Amino acid sequence: MTVLVTGASGFLGRAVAAQLVAEGHDVRTLQRRPSGVPGVTDALGSVTDAAAVERAVDGVDAVVHLAAKVSLAGEASEFRAINVAGTRSLLDAAERAGVRRFVFVSSPSVAHAGAALAGVGAEPASPERARGLYARTKAEAELLALARDSEAMRVVAVRPHIVWGPGDTQLIERVVDRARQGRLPLLNGGTALIDSTYVDNAASGIAAALRRAEHAHGRAFVLTNGEPRPVGDLLAGICLAAGVRPPRWSVPAGLGRAAGAAVEALWSIRPGADEPPMTRFLAEQLSTAHWFDQRETREALDWAPAVSIDEGLRRLAQHYRAR
Amino acid sequence: MTARDASAAALPPAGLPGLDPSWSRLVDVPGSGADAGVTRTWHVLDTLGELERLGAPVAGTILAVHGNPTWSYLWRSLLAASVAVAAAGQPAWRVVAVDQLEMGFSERTPVRRTLPQRVADLAGLTDALALEGPVVTLGHDWGGVVSLGWAVDHPERLVGVALLNTAIHHPEGVPIPAPLRLASARGVLAASTVATTAFLDTTLSLASPKLPRDVQDAYRAPYRSAARRHGIGQFVADIPASSADESRPELDRIAEGVAQLDAPALMLWGPADPIFSDRYLDDLVDRLPHADVHRFEGAGHLVAEDRPYAPAILEWLGPAPAAPARRAGAEGAASRRTDEAFSPLWANLDARATDDGVAVIDMAARGGSTRRVSWRQLHDRVLDLAAGLHELGVRRGDRVSLLVSPGPTLTAVIYACLRIGAVVVVADAGLGVKGLTRAVRGAWPDVIIGERLGLTAARALGWPGVRISAERLPRAAKAALGVSHSLGQVATLGAAMRSRGYAAPPEPSADDDAAILFTSGSTGPAKGVVYRHGQLSALRDVLARHLGITPETGLVTGFAPFALLGPALGTRSATPDMDVSAPRTLTATAVAAAVRESDARIVFLSPAAVRNVVETADALGPDERAALARVHTVLSAGAPIGEPLLASIAAVMPNATPHTPYGMTECLLVTDVTLDGTRAAASAPDAGVCVGAPIGDNRVLVSALDADGRATGEPSAEPGVLGEIVVSAPHLKDHYDRLWLTDRAATRDTEQLDAADGRRWHRTGDLGHLDAEGRVWVEGRTQHVIVTADGPVAPVGPEQDAESVDGVRRAGVVGVGPHGLRQAVAVVETIPSAAKPGLADPELAAAVRERSRVPLAAVLAVPQLPTDIRHNSKIDRSRLSAWAERVLAGERTGAP
Repeated sequence: MTVLVTGASGFLGRAVAAQLVAEGHDVRTLQRRPSGVPGVTDALGSVTDAAAVERAVDGVDAVVHLAAKVSLAGEASEFRAINVAGTRSLLDAAERAGVRRFVFVSSPSVAHAGAALAGVGAEPASPERARGLYARTKAEAELLALARDSEAMRVVAVRPHIVWGPGDTQLIERVVDRARQGRLPLLNGGTALIDSTYVDNAASGIAAALRRAEHAHGRAFVLTNGEPRPVGDLLAGICLAAGVRPPRWSVPAGLGRAAGAAVEALWSIRPGADEPPMTRFLAEQLSTAHWFDQRETREALDWAPAVSIDEGLRRLAQHYRAR
Repeated sequence: MTARDASAAALPPAGLPGLDPSWSRLVDVPGSGADAGVTRTWHVLDTLGELERLGAPVAGTILAVHGNPTWSYLWRSLLAASVAVAAAGQPAWRVVAVDQLEMGFSERTPVRRTLPQRVADLAGLTDALALEGPVVTLGHDWGGVVSLGWAVDHPERLVGVALLNTAIHHPEGVPIPAPLRLASARGVLAASTVATTAFLDTTLSLASPKLPRDVQDAYRAPYRSAARRHGIGQFVADIPASSADESRPELDRIAEGVAQLDAPALMLWGPADPIFSDRYLDDLVDRLPHADVHRFEGAGHLVAEDRPYAPAILEWLGPAPAAPARRAGAEGAASRRTDEAFSPLWANLDARATDDGVAVIDMAARGGSTRRVSWRQLHDRVLDLAAGLHELGVRRGDRVSLLVSPGPTLTAVIYACLRIGAVVVVADAGLGVKGLTRAVRGAWPDVIIGERLGLTAARALGWPGVRISAERLPRAAKAALGVSHSLGQVATLGAAMRSRGYAAPPEPSADDDAAILFTSGSTGPAKGVVYRHGQLSALRDVLARHLGITPETGLVTGFAPFALLGPALGTRSATPDMDVSAPRTLTATAVAAAVRESDARIVFLSPAAVRNVVETADALGPDERAALARVHTVLSAGAPIGEPLLASIAAVMPNATPHTPYGMTECLLVTDVTLDGTRAAASAPDAGVCVGAPIGDNRVLVSALDADGRATGEPSAEPGVLGEIVVSAPHLKDHYDRLWLTDRAATRDTEQLDAADGRRWHRTGDLGHLDAEGRVWVEGRTQHVIVTADGPVAPVGPEQDAESVDGVRRAGVVGVGPHGLRQAVAVVETIPSAAKPGLADPELAAAVRERSRVPLAAVLAVPQLPTDIRHNSKIDRSRLSAWAERVLAGERTGAP
């Protein structure tokens, strides 16, 4: 199959592209920077550029759409342009080009407000309930994508939760950096149980969605390792793998959220390219339980994670030792 | 709207919650009695139309009669449940739920309706409906009386009677319940019942939990004006409290007729009812001794709203079209195995009636002295008390609650009661005052024999029963406590009777009820467990055989329940100097003194006592050590104890074989294991605590858990299968007292097991498995099973794994998350103790995870695990699980 992967220069996009190459697919990519993935054909461009999108889908059988603006801060118009309009234009082009399968990579945050989640499934995406610009625009885009599911083009939405692994600059690097500076607190003692996904599992799960599109189309699936852990354990595991001291101090979650809100307000007055150190969204993510029912995902995608959290942490440690 | 319109029967308004408008119909009924020559119109709910539409065969009719001030709306969930059966294609019971005249949406008339008129009214309605049999009557409150009136008058059509909180008889001299006394007082009556909605409001407020607003409104719907409420006032005015009341003869006629009914009976009761208390339930049980009774602990007057009564009634009726079976004797009589060679519990006492040797030694007698009672004295005392109690009117089947500390007095009273067929009610003081009150009220004893403390509680908390004090009380105290006699007076009376050649009542048989023992209450409200005489004798025999008890062995009992069995076992028994309510205070010196005094070879202890005896062994002198060296058997009963403690007690009694049996209030001895057996089991790979193999004729099977964690498997002896432990023994309890639904659950799917043998089985609620050698391994309680996405997990195995890690003192493994998707979590006490609850150290967490046979989502460390009050050693997993759930959701919480 010829597969277009958008956003292949990102941490997860690279892994997905590599996974598909390993499975024997002819892989093309579309993003602004070179993907650096061996064996793929890069096309450079943005999903907001209609012409670039049109060219990219020409002659492909399937699309895996990861390109998105994922940061915790930024202008609303930018989120909408990339996440919503970009997805719509890609869907339009794919339909016109006769693409048979379309995997939309989403996030569990599209369906949930800030409350604790324990063992829930993939609820329908809800732009009204989702918190923050990223989640809201991704929710809108997921609804758009699933609405295009048809006999001609099968659409599946996959929502990996907290993807991590060697080479991750989004989560791992920030955690390690802050821990190194002694600026990583645990909210409420870090006891909230959260699901996470080792990057190889996320990639193989997305590839499985592509493979099983005929069976799983029209639905959204949360994808995780299926091994919920207290957030404090996960952060400690990451820190130990990176050779830094794990966080030891705890702040009440309410305080963390209030601080996040204050920082957000400050960042909106003084916008910049850098990320705020704490947002309300992040505080919620790190202080409330988020774990999911994986039975339907595993059954529908005929998939199981190959790398356990403990094995993932060992690989992360290896990665840091090799640096 | 004219006045005429307001009094006519009508259909209820649409939209009442739970009420299907298609059930409602108006029925014209030719009147009788005061209504002769007039036609009255009734509103009734009737499922016949719905059953016909669904094409379901009709099994019979449930004729349901509401009380005051409700209406047929009370029965809506029963109508729905019956229609659901029909919709599933099964034969179903038609439900006819009436609105009595002047009530609900039936006609308001100028006639003052008394009880005989209402009974006649109902007969007129069933004639008009041409209601042929089979009929099961169902009534609540005063509707219970009216429905029983119909039942008594229509025996040919009657196949069963079912009752929710009601009363059929009110004894002379006992004041009627306060709320009614108040409501029926002149002046108050009209105001509270008719002019205002006070009586209606009060009744609706009795629901627990509170009724939703729309349901309350539905109950009020037919009673919106004073004119529509006059029936409520009539009902209250008609309460026949004394023999002078107009309706009293009819009430007495029905009450007598009920006692003649042989139709199956079911009573579903909410004991928290200020009007129809347990007193009235007890009266009904006396009249219908074959009734199946279930008390819903915590439910009240509106039990039909408080608890799922409808499924209970349909289950009791059984699969249609079979009507509930007619039973000759009392509960569960059908499948009992009668022991031909029944030897009553007091046989050894009789055999040694002239023996002046020592039978009972009490090392804790008042004043620090030792009290010795010979066989002859004990026998005499028992016969005196038996004669005295009989003379005071205590009869076979009467319940006698014993609030007396273990010792020679309690022993004598128990044997006296048993001899005359009275049923002894024994509840452990460890239940606490609240639990004890619940237990005593639930069993509704006829007599309470107690020490001052127990009698004070009985007086203060309004416990039922004639009161007898164990000790002699000053006149003032006697009057204040409402005590009629002391035990000394009872014995004196009895001795006088015997000297006058009184004829003792016939002794009870193996099948008569003997005792009600209360469960510990560590798993929900304490339950009364009923033993028959044959079962108590079987317990004595299995104990004697298993431990080789002979007249020569002697017995030291630091565990109260077994102290009472000493005389039955025919050997001398000694109670060491200890506070029986605090077994953990028993010292090694006290045990040694009792062993020397009685020259006993067998010692019974509780787990807490074992621990303290071991800890105080340093104080033993050479003579005391020598005495303890003569002991050949030491047994720790109550809860299984581990190898280290068993080994420690073996060191204190070097020639004794330590035993730790497994059992429960419902079956006191199921299996047993010795120290050697425990050591042999240690090398087995099995999860759980090995409690050994079944004793004697006992059998143990396992009902496998399904993927949903429920014990649905057919009980089997297959090794290695995790499930609920199901036991059978000659000394197994007969049934739970007034807990018919609990009884059904405890014997579910066991009727076919070795039916030819006449075996009785009991589901223990314990989780575990059997091994290839037939040993039983206990792995927790069924309600603590953790149902994960990969199947059910029992807690004890993973707890043992965690406890095998260095730095872990004790562990509790519980589940968090939704059922079927639970994540196992280990909560550990560490060495040294954690300062505050939180995540365990990463290294410790890794070690615990590494050792665990199940994946653990989290390892939490706490300063102290919650344990239940009664058994300090048992981790309160329910509480721990709720705590872990909050912590792992990210909430800030304190200690579990």
